[in-house]
Amino acid sequence: MTAFIRQRPILSAVFALFVLIVLLSSFPTIPETKQAVVVRFGKPERILNRYEAARPIGSTGAGLSYRIPFVDQIVWIDKRVLAVDMEPQPVLSTDQRRLMVDAFARYRIVDPLLMYIRSTTEENLRTQLQTILRSEVRNELGRQPFAALLSPERQGVMDDVRKSLNVQASKFGVEIVDVRIKKTDLPDGTPLQSAFESMRTARLQEARSIRAQGLKQAQIIRAQADADAAKTYAASFGKDPQFYDFYRAMQSYQATFIGDGTSKPAPTNIILSPQNDYLKEFTGRTK
Amino acid sequence: MSTIAGWAGRVRGLFTDTKGPWGPSGSSDEPPSDDHGGGPWGGPASRGTGGRSVAPLDDLLRRGRMRFRGGGGLPGRPNGSLILWAVIGFFAIWLIFTSIHSISPGERGVVTRFGRYSYTLGPGVGLTLPSPVDRVKKVDVESIRTVDLGSQSSEDLMLTGDQNLIDIAYSVRWNVRTPELYSFQLADPDEAIRQVAESAMRAVIAQVSLQDAMGDKRSEIEAQVADRMQRVLTGYRSGIEIQGVAIQQADPPDEVNDAFKEVTAAQQDAKSYVNQANAYALQLTAKAQGEAAAFDKVYEQYRLAPEVTRRRMYYETMEQVLSKVDKTIVEAPGVTPYLPLPEVKKQQQQQQQEAQQ
Repeated sequence: MTAFIRQRPILSAVFALFVLIVLLSSFPTIPETKQAVVVRFGKPERILNRYEAARPIGSTGAGLSYRIPFVDQIVWIDKRVLAVDMEPQPVLSTDQRRLMVDAFARYRIVDPLLMYIRSTTEENLRTQLQTILRSEVRNELGRQPFAALLSPERQGVMDDVRKSLNVQASKFGVEIVDVRIKKTDLPDGTPLQSAFESMRTARLQEARSIRAQGLKQAQIIRAQADADAAKTYAASFGKDPQFYDFYRAMQSYQATFIGDGTSKPAPTNIILSPQNDYLKEFTGRTK
Repeated sequence: MSTIAGWAGRVRGLFTDTKGPWGPSGSSDEPPSDDHGGGPWGGPASRGTGGRSVAPLDDLLRRGRMRFRGGGGLPGRPNGSLILWAVIGFFAIWLIFTSIHSISPGERGVVTRFGRYSYTLGPGVGLTLPSPVDRVKKVDVESIRTVDLGSQSSEDLMLTGDQNLIDIAYSVRWNVRTPELYSFQLADPDEAIRQVAESAMRAVIAQVSLQDAMGDKRSEIEAQVADRMQRVLTGYRSGIEIQGVAIQQADPPDEVNDAFKEVTAAQQDAKSYVNQANAYALQLTAKAQGEAAAFDKVYEQYRLAPEVTRRRMYYETMEQVLSKVDKTIVEAPGVTPYLPLPEVKKQQQQQQQEAQQ
């Protein structure tokens, strides 16, 4: 042995390297994030680190494993929760209104063998799921009126989508964890413009009604003030209406003939008869 | 160990000997520098110095070749031990670097043994098995990361419950709660957070009216979105904790902004109407109260001596009035008074001119 090494050092080094590689590849380490299908001559043989919901991480099948070199091939399949995103697509509601819906689904490959048989690669699987997601979203949401489309979670519509998607996806060894609507948009063009228009008119209407309310309130306040003033006057003047009449007449004369201080009244000529009450002393006492 | 060292030496020898075992070992093998002195560099070096400088290299080559030919005994003893020490040193450094881990206070170290999750290292210095066996991934758990959604510069329109559109921008703050879940459960957690945030925000906005979304229900919406996101992410077993959602901007779209400004203007108008009315009311009330109080005071005195007060007031008023106006007293009964109307007019004109001047 040693003699051979000494004679053929390069050959032996290459051989040693080869042995090392083969040895290392016979004991693959399975990370927590991957599942592995061991394929022997194209035929699936074993599944390593398969996803099981009940098992917490740390007690899974991850870790060191083995395989027969050259005979067994390992197909790695993701074990984590994966995402499939959908292109925004139009959905027609039952009341014939269009809405652009953008949804995503999260899934997990629970049966790597089935997934490997049906889709071979994860990329294929994603494309297939995308197609299914698109049609399921359109089918389920297309049965709803427009108002329900805005918040499909409320009526449990999304649960329906998830369930029917799950039925389809289970054929690929996939479990749908979650389906959610990311965006609901009005399509560009007429629907968007008419939405803007209706918003605008609604605002203008609101503005008008606010102004009218303001005017109404102002009027009420004024009327209330008038009423309060009248009440105050009545409470005070009502004590002696005759005296009020006299008192107010005096004030009125002053205001009319002299002015109230702010404006000068028109010049007045007064013609008095000696019989006037004011001049009754002027003629001398009769009695 | 020594065999490995020997191997290493041999491999080294292999690379030193450029010709190796393939070429014939004759003098034609010698590097051209030996023959031409000046060397391929074409320097002005003399033959003598050139020969001396090449000699050690020549020696080295010869020794290397000797080793392969099995010159006898273990080849190059001192060289072998040096390599041995280098290898030992390398492994020591390897051990130190891959089995002692310093974890800073905000981090946790997720340890995997042959790929399988083993345990989580807390802050401080942690010991693990060396690298191919145990691997440590440091995860930052303390620092709060922020994801911004719906930019403030461009429009990101969302439909509200009353089928209006709102332009919204918000940010999500999150950190890692369970590092092992965060590392192993979710592919692309950052993207997942973005998507879940968008979905949660849309769902909440679709249940409130435009007015609420723009106004005082913001904090309620933020709390609801955070709550929804947390539930979904916990459902994914992502190990992520949502610290909070902050709405940075919730405005009507640019296209209808003028109409919204009109509403604000109307609100101000309405307020000013009410203010004016209030001012009028205050004024009127004060006036009424003043007049009533004045009357009450006078009336109080009047009641004490009604007749005298009445006459006094009458005369005082008449005095004031009649002293300021032109008076004509027609004494004899049956005389028709002649009113000098033109004079009155003249007077008026004069007064007007005075007023103008």
